[in-house]
Amino acid sequence: MIQQVTEKIKQWCPQAEVETAGETVVSVPADKLEDVCRKLHDDTDEPMDYMRDLVGVDHGEGVLGVYYLLESTRTGGRVMLRAEAKGGEENPLLPSVCRIWKTAEIKEREAFDFFGIRFTGHPDMRRLFLREDWKGYPLRKDYDMDSNPLELTSEVNADVTEEFNLRPDGTLERRENVVFNPDDFVVNIGPQHPSTHGALRMRTSLEGETVKHIDPVLGYIHRGIEKMNESLTYPQTLAFTDRLDYLSAHQNRHALCMCIEQAAGIEVTERVQYIRTIMDELQRIASHLLFYSCLVMDMGALTPFFYGFREREMILDIFEETTGGRLIQNYNVIGGVQADIHPTFVQKVKEFTKHMREIIHEYHEIFTGSVIARNRLKQMGLLSREDAISLATTGGTGRASGWANDVRKHHPYALYDKVDFKEIVYTHGDSWDRYMVRMDEILESCAIIDQLIDNIPEGEFRVKVKPVLKLPEGVFTASVESSRGEFGVFLVSRGDKSPYRLHYRSTGLPLVHAMDTVCRGNKIADLIAIGGTLDFVIPDIDR
Amino acid sequence: MEMKHRKLPTTKDMRPEEFKNNDYLLRMAEELNRDGAGIVLGTLDDLINWGRSNSVWSLALGTSCCAIEFMALGAARYDMARFGFEVTRNSPRQADLLMVLGTINYRMAPVLKRLYDQMAEPKYVIAVGGCTISGGPFRKSYYVVNGIDKIVPVDVYIPGCPPRPEALFYGMMQLQRKIKMERFLGKRDRNEVPQGLMENKEEKA
Amino acid sequence: MEQSFLDYYSLEPLTRWLHDALCGVMPEGWAVFLESLLLGVVILLAYAVLAVVLIYMERRVCGAFQCRIGPNRVGGKGGLLQVPADVLKILTKEIIRLKNSDHVLYELAPYLVILASVISFSCLPWNKGMEAIDMQVGIFFVLAASSIGIIGILLAGWSSNSKYTAIGAVRSGAMLVSYELSLGITVLTVVILSGTMSISGIVESQADGWNIFKGHIITLVAFVIYLISGNAEANRGPFDLAEAEQELTAGYHTEYSGMHFGFFYLAEYLNLFITSGIATTLFLGGWMPLHVAGLDGFNAAMDYIPGIVWFLGKTFFVVFLLMWIRWTYPRLRIDQVLNLEWKYLMPLSLLLMLVMAVLKVCGLVF
Repeated sequence: MIQQVTEKIKQWCPQAEVETAGETVVSVPADKLEDVCRKLHDDTDEPMDYMRDLVGVDHGEGVLGVYYLLESTRTGGRVMLRAEAKGGEENPLLPSVCRIWKTAEIKEREAFDFFGIRFTGHPDMRRLFLREDWKGYPLRKDYDMDSNPLELTSEVNADVTEEFNLRPDGTLERRENVVFNPDDFVVNIGPQHPSTHGALRMRTSLEGETVKHIDPVLGYIHRGIEKMNESLTYPQTLAFTDRLDYLSAHQNRHALCMCIEQAAGIEVTERVQYIRTIMDELQRIASHLLFYSCLVMDMGALTPFFYGFREREMILDIFEETTGGRLIQNYNVIGGVQADIHPTFVQKVKEFTKHMREIIHEYHEIFTGSVIARNRLKQMGLLSREDAISLATTGGTGRASGWANDVRKHHPYALYDKVDFKEIVYTHGDSWDRYMVRMDEILESCAIIDQLIDNIPEGEFRVKVKPVLKLPEGVFTASVESSRGEFGVFLVSRGDKSPYRLHYRSTGLPLVHAMDTVCRGNKIADLIAIGGTLDFVIPDIDR
Repeated sequence: MEMKHRKLPTTKDMRPEEFKNNDYLLRMAEELNRDGAGIVLGTLDDLINWGRSNSVWSLALGTSCCAIEFMALGAARYDMARFGFEVTRNSPRQADLLMVLGTINYRMAPVLKRLYDQMAEPKYVIAVGGCTISGGPFRKSYYVVNGIDKIVPVDVYIPGCPPRPEALFYGMMQLQRKIKMERFLGKRDRNEVPQGLMENKEEKA
Repeated sequence: MEQSFLDYYSLEPLTRWLHDALCGVMPEGWAVFLESLLLGVVILLAYAVLAVVLIYMERRVCGAFQCRIGPNRVGGKGGLLQVPADVLKILTKEIIRLKNSDHVLYELAPYLVILASVISFSCLPWNKGMEAIDMQVGIFFVLAASSIGIIGILLAGWSSNSKYTAIGAVRSGAMLVSYELSLGITVLTVVILSGTMSISGIVESQADGWNIFKGHIITLVAFVIYLISGNAEANRGPFDLAEAEQELTAGYHTEYSGMHFGFFYLAEYLNLFITSGIATTLFLGGWMPLHVAGLDGFNAAMDYIPGIVWFLGKTFFVVFLLMWIRWTYPRLRIDQVLNLEWKYLMPLSLLLMLVMAVLKVCGLVF
């Protein structure tokens, strides 16, 4: 499969080189990049229409590069491209691919923020996570960690963005794009707002109550996890994954463990696979229950909020008995899990899935059946399938738009190829479908758990792994279906005991990016409800 | 010290001896009682403090994980409404307590300062979780504030990552006791850091 | 015969005696002034006590709906002193003056809101002879007085100089003015049925049966419409768009702190009570006891219960209904709110009024 793609790329661009350390990467020269990407995207057999991720890497010695992780929604085939920025450290330049994949718009801003790579043709070259008056690019290897002291002055957000285009003679042309006009009625939603689900800020211009434009301002919970990873050993890096998307703590950690195990050639036992899969699904149910609670609260119904938390506490109890943690469990480790399951685990999980099936009608009675809820959610915040793929809104949001993107189904890991479950796909792409996808997935997860819970095989819960682990050189990736989309791990190893670059594919970043497309033309009250149905967790976006 | 306390920090639900690490509250009590207070003023003070300590409305500045545990605290199982924390106000003007739940970074720091400034006196701050106390696991990051006490004065620290709801209760009750210890009428400037607090901070460092 | 017992609980002899006694020692003008003063104090006291009761009730009711306990530690087993503690707290809170606001309007707004609420409150008929303000156009006066509150909300939102408050104020302006219509028309329907606008007159006219039973199905539908629009007037869920915590943080009173915010908070609960009280007066017979035709013993027993108990009982029943609604439904959106009013409630209430007028003219009502 991958050979076909690489051959095709070689046809279009003979200078392309194939590197096979770890996973296969096709290296493409910067001036041919846009052309190759366009052809990959428009290919008739296997169109690479879904950009999973765009990752910047500082290769050292002044070479800055970007990896493009692509996937075809038709065949599921994946390919990874690499391009090196021209212009050295002072003025690194790469052509933008945001006209091919919309999601590149926000991801290229991230690469600019961290590495200072300017993307020519990108309409909005502003900082993404860091303060607009920040000096330097923190993920470069030569960044001085103390170069920016704490400032308590409020930052001024520019209403104008920069765009750079390359003239044929190689010089840069600077253009200004306007985000908000001076006479726009711009309302700040966030970063301290009850319904932004964390420290998200959306500058929203309104026409009466109607939303004209949303400009998300991120980074209010950016912690520099990716930079910190580079100075930690592999087992130490695990701790941060739980704190990315704390509602997908198990799944995130599962992905990183899988990636490291795969790179180090560690085989985990069958028992571990069972435990991990069950834990992932329990986590998914807990997260969807919280989704329900938050959505109803965003819409002003406070009573159903308590229903979601009531059942969620049962899951947390199960977690706590086995892992010792309620919200953040630190359970998966390289080569297995931290501790064996509690003796009552099997019984309690069975009780829970039974209880969940019996009680879910209460959720539907108080909220789903309410005429106000229907009117507020149906036909609101439409997201077409094409937009969903182009914006890379994975998870329930994409599936509500008719895009079957469940990693568990299309790139199975752990035990998902052994269990029988349905991928929930709706077609309208409105808030209602996004809501129903999650409610149905609760039951589907219960079904998965029920198939596994009685058959957990005996065996080791952890294989012995050296405390200081060295991975072979190369590029490694792994992805799992977290509670709200595809969570990916991208790891560049240079053979050391700590990663050279460890990047996480945020599930929420594309969702926040989609807010402008989805909310435009709707009322401000719908903005809140739509934000609730998109279901993002901010610490996962900002990392 | 042979000082007789005018009052000991108590709440209805926990006896003083059940609270641990209370040196600084006791020191506060000593200092408070050193000057003594008139019967009328003292009784009125007690009444007002009783009201204030039993009606702590919080503004939840939830940036990450701890906020979810705070939501669990409000939900049916823990139900913080039982103790007088019923209302959470989303407008800083109407809140008494700023719960800082989650990491504060360089971009959020001015916002935190501003929120604190916007609150009406008397106001309190609780730092929840390792990140707010010291930067926690992100201490070495280029973007994380190592302890919000660099930005705003903190009344109670609740360690944990994230703290359990019971720990949150414990911390919030400590705050109730602190409010009961304060002198509301004829008090000194609150922004002036009391002796005990300073010593305590040195111990922590 | 049955009238005698109602008279037994009437306060009129007492007030008349007081008036005569005062007139005996001072000129009548002074006496009236003194009485007004006394009455004012009593009304304000009742207002404050009821606010505390209502807030406590709301917390217990919502706790019960939400499968949790609610306040139960502060002051004894039931958390009875929770609300007084809140009141003490809010009284001692700093009142913030904004830098770039219109000071006069900013500080006037909460008083307007509370004033409107107190005036409407004093029109409620508690018992026979216990109406503080009882005029010929009583119900009209209540409608007019309660509308002053809208100005307060608009001023609060406008003068705070904040975008959130402005959106909240404009929302509430649009909503309250709209719902005033169907509210007024349903009230008119009852006025047609009773033949008087005086509040005591409306109650007296229900001695032979509550309006909700007298007007066929029409008054029943009118009652429902009244509850919906009354709920909207009181700014409570699912019509709490002006506050809309999840959208506008605290809506029109985002910038208010301390007791100024307390006024808005109090007025919200008292408006709930006033809405329910007027509903009781108009549809559920005010302080009239429940009578069932043919059951004389039962009717006589009912008469033993004082009118004020009847009034409070019915009112708190309606309050409970409204709380039930609030804690069940999600919030509506502004265009849905306005659609509901202009496309459904208003035409329907107009039709009801028309039919009621025809029935009344033809003498087809009970």
